[in-house]
Amino acid sequence: MKTISEADTEEFGRELDKIRDDVIANRGEDDARYIRRVIAVQRALEVSGRTLLFASVLPPAWLAGTAALATAKILENMEIGHNVLHGQWDWMRDPAIHSSTWEWDLVSPARHWKYTHNYLHHKWTNVLGKDRDIGFVLLRLSPEQPWHPYYLGQPLYNAILAPFFEWGVALHDLEVERVRGGDKSWNEVFIQLREILRKAGRQVVKDYVAFPLLAGPLFLPVLIGNFTANMTRNVWAHTVIFCGHFPDEAATFTEEQVEGETRGEWYLRQLLGSCNLTGGSLFHIMAGNLSYQIEHHLFPDLPSNRYAEVAPRVRALCERFGLPYNTGSLLRQTVRVWKRVFRLSLPTSPGGPERTAAPARLQAVTAPAGYTTGIDVLGRAPALRGASG
Amino acid sequence: MTGLARTPIDDVTLRLADTAAWLTTPLMPEDYLTLINPLWSSRELRGRVEAVHPETKDVASLVIRPGRSWSTHRAGQFIRVGVDIDGVRHWRTYSLSSAPERGDGRVTITVKSVPGGVVSTQLVHRTTPGTIVALTRPEGGFVLPEPVPSRLLFVTAGSGITPVMAMLRSLARPGNMPDVIVLHSAPTREEVIFGPELRTLAGRFPNLHLHLQYTRSSGRLNLSQLPDLCPDWPERHVWACGPTGMLREAETYWREAGIADRLRVEHFRPAVTTSAAGGGGHVRFLVSGREADADGATPLLVVGENAGVLMPSGCRMGICYRCTGRLRSGRVRDLRTGREYGEEGELIQTCVSAADGNVEIEL
Repeated sequence: MKTISEADTEEFGRELDKIRDDVIANRGEDDARYIRRVIAVQRALEVSGRTLLFASVLPPAWLAGTAALATAKILENMEIGHNVLHGQWDWMRDPAIHSSTWEWDLVSPARHWKYTHNYLHHKWTNVLGKDRDIGFVLLRLSPEQPWHPYYLGQPLYNAILAPFFEWGVALHDLEVERVRGGDKSWNEVFIQLREILRKAGRQVVKDYVAFPLLAGPLFLPVLIGNFTANMTRNVWAHTVIFCGHFPDEAATFTEEQVEGETRGEWYLRQLLGSCNLTGGSLFHIMAGNLSYQIEHHLFPDLPSNRYAEVAPRVRALCERFGLPYNTGSLLRQTVRVWKRVFRLSLPTSPGGPERTAAPARLQAVTAPAGYTTGIDVLGRAPALRGASG
Repeated sequence: MTGLARTPIDDVTLRLADTAAWLTTPLMPEDYLTLINPLWSSRELRGRVEAVHPETKDVASLVIRPGRSWSTHRAGQFIRVGVDIDGVRHWRTYSLSSAPERGDGRVTITVKSVPGGVVSTQLVHRTTPGTIVALTRPEGGFVLPEPVPSRLLFVTAGSGITPVMAMLRSLARPGNMPDVIVLHSAPTREEVIFGPELRTLAGRFPNLHLHLQYTRSSGRLNLSQLPDLCPDWPERHVWACGPTGMLREAETYWREAGIADRLRVEHFRPAVTTSAAGGGGHVRFLVSGREADADGATPLLVVGENAGVLMPSGCRMGICYRCTGRLRSGRVRDLRTGREYGEEGELIQTCVSAADGNVEIEL
């Protein structure tokens, strides 16, 4: 059931390369000014937030301080940290804003993240058994993952994961499950764990000891404010990130499907595995432009401030080649993610009754998780593991 | 004495910064403070351009106030200047033209805009006061020894006068000027950088003799004229700075006279010849994980920078060895000589080496 020809796939890839080249050709002064301004705003917000918290005998000051700090932490993590670590700003050759020197305000060390995220997740996006971001090894978010009674509790696990997302990410980067398979030694895990503890230790001391102590009698309000800001950032990041790959329209793939993949096919997989979010420009900045998840996955190292500009071109290409361009509001996509979390907590048979839920055109072209059986996204013979029974 | 003397105040500052770092982790306090004043950075030396003075039609002196962690230079030394152009940082090397005794906390570099030179034209024609540039501390051995010899000879051409100007300005104090002869070449009278100041100095100090060679009307300075212009040349300590051809000629001249140790030279332009280009190939930067296709004429340094690798760099002409990286596999070609070289594990100079086939390098 081949609906996009190999020739079209490669043509699609060449068109995307062209978009990429266009952005690179006029990357310059304005972009540099943009990232420096975001960094300056973020740091000013953080300082204001922490200062306001020192005045939190007044409840409005506590509220404003916590909100400013949470906003600063969201910006730091998403629009700045994530994107700098992708190397989106390396072209400026400024050692202060460079993927090799950046460290972020999260418990997980940037170095670990660059491996599991930039390499494993971005190269192997939504490939079962390769992309550890599918359910973060904690949840069953694709019906191809075999069911186990453990998954009955996954709505609860996910609800707990959201506010402690940064800790989840840190542990995720440890890849403990690979030790069982013999791919990784305990020694490596312990070395990484030490690095996490060192980093996390400083983070915890900063937010829960040093600043509260500095506040003297306001120890508790400051501690609670910092805790609230961290939790808010975690829930926000969790929400946005889950909407990027886990709504129902996002496809998952098998290792066999991606073997010997061409550049055009890689692009196609990135498109089919990602979902955008709609919203205003402030929303996009607060989402670290991960609301342009499709564009981010096609061009992970282009400056995030350019995704908005290339999105219409990508969308037009999708229309031209009859490919889906998954997008929806944050609310709609979040509801879909949670529905999926609940649905897949129960044993499901692939190709079950939900099959009819997707429009016929999508079924034909994409392989939405949950009904991948027999659908040949990349123009190859279907060979899906665990999908036959 | 080398290095910087640490005062008790520095110690207190350091300890305070360490303590404050617990509040700013994973950043440093200066990441916030430099938003107020970029010069406060201690991690990266920066300077603010405070004035730009035209010297000739294509040469300007930039008055720069360096930030903390600057160390006083010795006359004749150079610095590297990092300039952001279209959002991208470019590094170039320039001699300091101001004397260390200047005393107002500012230094100058004097830049000649090279046709097609991205950085030099930006600095000379499009830099406004207030511009922040990245800097490195002064370095280089093209300096006067202590004590200063009693008889000196400077042979310079074009912008090669800049490090010598710093020396002359440094020597220009009553009773301090030794017996100095300056042989300087420029195309015309108008194109002599620091022309008025040189003439004023020569008028002020009877033991400073200035010979200006206007090459457009009088032709190039031939070293065979040297005994006429400077009869005691073999007894003088010589500093020469200018185009590569002139320096090679001088080196030969003094070597043949058996007194090569009297001559010190400072190269200005890279001695790179593009005709020596080899095949090029695919380059993998192993540490940063970047890859790029390189032609056989582009230095690996430039290939890496264009691929977004934070390449170490220095003189960009193959003399300072700051840009070296360990070769893991492949062969490279020295762009100065055309020689093909590179063994596994060899440290190669990326600024003058281009890929000759596929290359893997630990950068």
